[in-house]
Amino acid sequence: MLGALVIVFREVLEAGLIVGIVLAATRGVTGRGRWIMIGIGAGIVGAAAVAMFAGAISQAFQGAGQELFNAGVLALAVVMLMWHNAWMARHGREMAAEMRQIGSAVSEGAKPLTALAVVVGLAVLREGSEVVLFLYGIMASGTSGGSLLVGSLLGIAAGAAFTGLTYFGLLAIPQRYIFSVTSWLIALLAAGMAAQSVHYLYNAGIINVLGETVWDTSWLLTESSLFGKLLHTLIGYTSQPSQLQLIAYIGTLFAMGILMRIARYKPRERVTV
Amino acid sequence: MNKAATLFALVALAGAVTLAPGQASAADYTLTIKDHKFTPTELKVPANKRVTIEVINSDPTPEEFESHALKIEKIIPGNAKATVRIGPLKPGRYSFVGEFHESTAKGTVVVE
Repeated sequence: MLGALVIVFREVLEAGLIVGIVLAATRGVTGRGRWIMIGIGAGIVGAAAVAMFAGAISQAFQGAGQELFNAGVLALAVVMLMWHNAWMARHGREMAAEMRQIGSAVSEGAKPLTALAVVVGLAVLREGSEVVLFLYGIMASGTSGGSLLVGSLLGIAAGAAFTGLTYFGLLAIPQRYIFSVTSWLIALLAAGMAAQSVHYLYNAGIINVLGETVWDTSWLLTESSLFGKLLHTLIGYTSQPSQLQLIAYIGTLFAMGILMRIARYKPRERVTV
Repeated sequence: MNKAATLFALVALAGAVTLAPGQASAADYTLTIKDHKFTPTELKVPANKRVTIEVINSDPTPEEFESHALKIEKIIPGNAKATVRIGPLKPGRYSFVGEFHESTAKGTVVVE
């Protein structure tokens, strides 16, 4: 039972962290609960579908279907996170001002919510499909299924509790810093996802260069440990990054920074002209 | 979200999907999963070279072939096979597991 709990918790953890960050990033935005629930719901449905077609997906593209699928899902999430941060760079200040004025609710926030709902949906889909397959394995193997199932459900509950922990932890940050803190978190999240995405392309055999490992810090912290897993999701920590991953990581941070800068300055130019 | 962002997203996804993977060739090595155990448990591969391993899952239940050291994470459905690419690696021992049955499904890639 404990084994099942740990496995399921590990899978749910990543999606849970992302949901927690998204919840904190959208604090005070009206309708966010609905959007995030839609994201989670769509993600669960998608996870079941992906699990059902797992065989077909992995056979697609000469056996590289699963890698391509993961790379695509991650790339899409990176684009959505970039979009969100660019939007916030442009409107964040007005939103913060408005929030101070009228208390909490901000009506204008509907726009970045769709992008973040997609990110939540994709995270749930990716991690959830593994949970579904694991649960399917338990059901299929029959007899000892009961206690494993209980363990799995506890694992899901623990993952959900972790979402709450992330969210309330981030809420402790004073209101005027929350936008910049969550923007940074989202930028690092996106960079980590981009590094994972290119690595899937490498594993698929699409990219065949720059595969050398740059450094190895597995003596210090591995991604199999809980803290390592947390850092892996949060900032993309990898104990043995390849050159390719490092380039994707730094490139994404740069692209994000430039995009946010462009988004921030444009409205002012229009005002002065 | 406006049209530009949607388009951007679609292009990014299409780009990831349409890129055809390299010529599929027969795998260099084979690993078989049976009763949640790997055979062989130790696989010797050459250093500084990319090699492909075909992992055959003979169990009816799905398994996740996972190794942080090899940087592989791949689901293999029940009674199915999958190809993983590893390396180039420095000489050493690299462990892998079947994540869904970690207590029994263990193995090592020995690079020399």
